[in-house]
Amino acid sequence: MDFRDSPEEAAFRARLQAWLAENAKKFPTSGDEYWAKAGEWHQALHAAGFFGSTWPKAYGGQELPAVYDVIVDEELARAGAPARPSLGYLVIGLGRHGSEALRQRFLPGMINGTERWCQGFSEPGAGSDLASLTTTATLEGDHYVLHGHKIWTSYSDEADWCLVLARTDPAAPRHKGISGFIVSMHQPGIEQRPLPMMNGVTKEFGQVLFDGATVPVDQMVGAPGEGWKLAMTVVGHEREPSTLGFTARYGKTVRNLAATVDGPPSDELRWAAVQTEMLRLHVRRRLSEQLDEVSHGPDGSLDKLLMTWVEQSVGHACLASGGTRDPELLGTYLYSRAQSVMGGTSQIQKNIIAGRIIGLEV
Amino acid sequence: MDVRLTTEQRDLRDAAARLADDLGPGSVLDLDDTERVERLEKAVAATGWRSLRSDGASGVEVALVVEEFARGLVDVPLLGPLLTDDLRARLGNEAEPAEPVALAVGDEAVDARGLRGALGLRAAGAGAGGAGGTVGTVGVGEPVFGIDLTRTTAAASGPFEPVGELSADDALRWQALALTVTTADILGAARGAYALACEYAKVRSQYGRTIGSFQAIAHLLAESLALIEGSVSVLRYAAWAVDELEPAEAVRAGQVAKVYTARAAQTICETSVQVHGGIGNTWECLAHVFLRRVLTSGALFPVSLEEIDLGLS
Repeated sequence: MDFRDSPEEAAFRARLQAWLAENAKKFPTSGDEYWAKAGEWHQALHAAGFFGSTWPKAYGGQELPAVYDVIVDEELARAGAPARPSLGYLVIGLGRHGSEALRQRFLPGMINGTERWCQGFSEPGAGSDLASLTTTATLEGDHYVLHGHKIWTSYSDEADWCLVLARTDPAAPRHKGISGFIVSMHQPGIEQRPLPMMNGVTKEFGQVLFDGATVPVDQMVGAPGEGWKLAMTVVGHEREPSTLGFTARYGKTVRNLAATVDGPPSDELRWAAVQTEMLRLHVRRRLSEQLDEVSHGPDGSLDKLLMTWVEQSVGHACLASGGTRDPELLGTYLYSRAQSVMGGTSQIQKNIIAGRIIGLEV
Repeated sequence: MDVRLTTEQRDLRDAAARLADDLGPGSVLDLDDTERVERLEKAVAATGWRSLRSDGASGVEVALVVEEFARGLVDVPLLGPLLTDDLRARLGNEAEPAEPVALAVGDEAVDARGLRGALGLRAAGAGAGGAGGTVGTVGVGEPVFGIDLTRTTAAASGPFEPVGELSADDALRWQALALTVTTADILGAARGAYALACEYAKVRSQYGRTIGSFQAIAHLLAESLALIEGSVSVLRYAAWAVDELEPAEAVRAGQVAKVYTARAAQTICETSVQVHGGIGNTWECLAHVFLRRVLTSGALFPVSLEEIDLGLS
């Protein structure tokens, strides 16, 4: 057992530190400015060899062990750089369920950041109960025609492509009638509406209305009716702190608060420091376990719950450190409330933990 | 970076778990079964685990055994003898004592059930070990009041007889080990309380359904499991740090682990009491035995939130 870097890991870290010393400050880390330059940041990080490190070489990765992502996250936070782009769950979803032709066409652009993506799963009437979604895809010749309304669609205004779940067989049982599609966002029949968040950020969130947009038959991911499997893979990984890369950002916030605090730090700040350190170590343990090819499945829900508690303790530390007088601190606090909703609410995570890990008949 | 347990470490953990499951108390009534305690004492003595440190075991291995013993409410000494064994090893004292030695803390001997001697560290200066300290022996006197039903605290008897000096670094490493083993004890007891509550939630029926099928109950237990997973992660780092990081850093890792785990464990035990309902508030339910053990190990080498260093790594 060793929590330290191996020589190879240390060399990777040193290269990254040197690159960040030159480049970190060129990119904003929060608010609408961050979202506006998020694509450029993604491309720069990949071009330098520090994004997608763990993915297959054939699609633009380097096939390094998962722990390299920990190093990237830690150094980004230390340098005050933006977080690692969080789209690992889409890469994993398409990688696992897409045909080789789709993988070759779409994974390289997704990984190198030249093509931007959003995820069209949730709907106004289908939140926690995702399988009740009503967006339809109707086969007409060599393409499907989409009608429906997606919501909570992060980066929808910037995206080139959307991974859409739509109902292709209204007669089938609800989990079996859903298919996944890769839909171009640049076509008629798509209306994109921004959805300002309560912290004032307007660029992150959106709603997407499909009214006659089309998608070629060969851009279906998997077979007709297999969309639910794709969805479960994507949301499963969307719950893993190691995939998301937020962990180090919490540490950065706590360090910044500690550096500016007047007088003795509040209990909220100290507790946020303990929580943040817990998550840092927890992610290392989880990523090490992936060396055994352990597939996480429902364990991701435990990690998501822990990550949520950490982010919200950091939010409380921001609030306790002058959040009612400082828009940025208030923004961090308000944003932290979303963590127990996005990617599956904490209540849904607890249902999964209770039912699939503890074995309770919830 | 690879923080998995080795095969040998997993085997050691499993062996400790088996012993605890076979001979630990399965009920409150079992606590008074002196024949069982004698069998348990014999079995534990035969393992040699009380002298793991002088046998070269790492902090990680020691923590695994302590955690499993606490999970099974093992009610013969382990934590005290382990810590005194480490002290003796640091003094370069090769001679194995004729019987396990309790841990002298202040004017008490902890984890002293059936033991006659205690060994402890008195820090030089004001800091807890920061300037080194004196190792010395005391006798084990009469038992004193303690909330823990699985371990005995006694008054120290006779004068503190110095037997050697520890350097500042050795004293800090020992402090880090003490934080690690008490944290492991807390985590193990919390896991025991959690398992008890899960079993109960799967059999207790109300409104014609097992209570674990209600989200109100299921979500409490899901939260407990997440707290356990977080605690495992902080403890593993602290246990590794005992031997591998700079002494002051190892102490900091132990402090974070203990603050997090003690808070988590109290919540987990309180949840276990709650899930058991009325029964959970009775003497005969083991939930309070776990809670008492958690609180006792929390109060031994306590860490407060105010001690947490904000300079995160």
